Amino acid sequence: MTPSTSQHESSRRDVRLEQVLGNLLRAGVLTAAGFVVAGAILLLLRTGGARVRDYHHFVPPEAQLRSVPGIFFGALTLDPRSLIQFGMLVLIATPVLRVAASLVGFLIEHDLLYVAITAIVLAILIFSMAGGRGL
Amino acid sequence: MNTLTFSAILLAGGLGAGFLGALSGLGGGVVIVPLLTILFGVDIRYAIGASLVSVIATSSGAAAAYVKEGFSNIRIGMFLEVATTLGALFGAFLAAYIAPNVIAIIFGVVLLTSVYLSFKQKGDFPPPEKPDRIAQHLRLAGSYPVGDGERSYEVGNVTAGFGLMALAGALSGLLGIGSGAVKVLAMDQAMRIPFKVSTTTSNFMIGVTAAASAGIYLHRGYLDPGLAMPVMLGVLAGSMLGARMLMQARVRVLRLVFNLVVLALGIEMILNGAMGKLL
Repeated sequence: MTPSTSQHESSRRDVRLEQVLGNLLRAGVLTAAGFVVAGAILLLLRTGGARVRDYHHFVPPEAQLRSVPGIFFGALTLDPRSLIQFGMLVLIATPVLRVAASLVGFLIEHDLLYVAITAIVLAILIFSMAGGRGL
Repeated sequence: MNTLTFSAILLAGGLGAGFLGALSGLGGGVVIVPLLTILFGVDIRYAIGASLVSVIATSSGAAAAYVKEGFSNIRIGMFLEVATTLGALFGAFLAAYIAPNVIAIIFGVVLLTSVYLSFKQKGDFPPPEKPDRIAQHLRLAGSYPVGDGERSYEVGNVTAGFGLMALAGALSGLLGIGSGAVKVLAMDQAMRIPFKVSTTTSNFMIGVTAAASAGIYLHRGYLDPGLAMPVMLGVLAGSMLGARMLMQARVRVLRLVFNLVVLALGIEMILNGAMGKLL
């Protein structure tokens, strides 16, 4: 059984959508790396000579570095570790953005089944970004 | 050791892991956790945090290149991401309740399995005998470029594929790895999707899967900026370099060497976990 012509057309459109999304991902990663490098330079300039932190025992970093608003405000004050965490947030957000863009793409194609499937994935990702309350 | 030296060593380690991971197709993520825990005595929770962000960086960084070839199937990817993201939430949830040395043992078993999978005969499995009904409802069939035209394909056993994807997601969330090997297994062996479509779609899915547990890791404090920074930058640069080299390099020997390293690390992880060293 060969796929119908309409299926071929929708698969062509999918490829174009994928290309836009692929470029979005690369831009996101480079932006994230930029923030991480900026934070790294500031961090190493200030504390590069200090003894390395003890990583043998798990002590979670301070709350400010573990919440989205905390990282955002810390990055605004150019705190080096907050800048690195902000880069990590951008990195984590990149695939989430890709899913959001796919949602728009499926909406434009009036593909309601895939709008619904994509919305489920997006909801799971947003739940996790919000800290996975209850988990 | 001062912070600058420590960061430089981790950057170099990440570079090597990302480079060899891209060349071998195993991904850099699988060696980050064993390297950090065994060589540097880093607590496994920090290690899986640093590894997971490296996995996201590698997957997203490579996606643009893969997509241009027109092999990946966005419908298959999106549908299966329901399974991988739910699995990833569950895995990240479990990570807080399973003792670190037990996680180390599970990690070791996964490393040994991935070596086994990488030596297995690769290539296209015969297409499904009859098209799967769920696959037809979801319009998962697609086509990919061959030489001068397009070759279309059908998709088989969606239920088994979905289940394996949930497992891939759970391993990713529990261990901070991309679990690309399990994802490819689900698509190519269970669902009978052409190998090339399976691998490129898998790479696209890895970042989304990892993002589902990364949010939880961040809030739990598994993501330490001082540790994740050099590892992530190193792996990202290394994997981009490796992907470029892949075109010209003779990778057979490298692949063998990397597999032996992963094998040794897997055994070491199991032994360490069993003797409670990583507690």
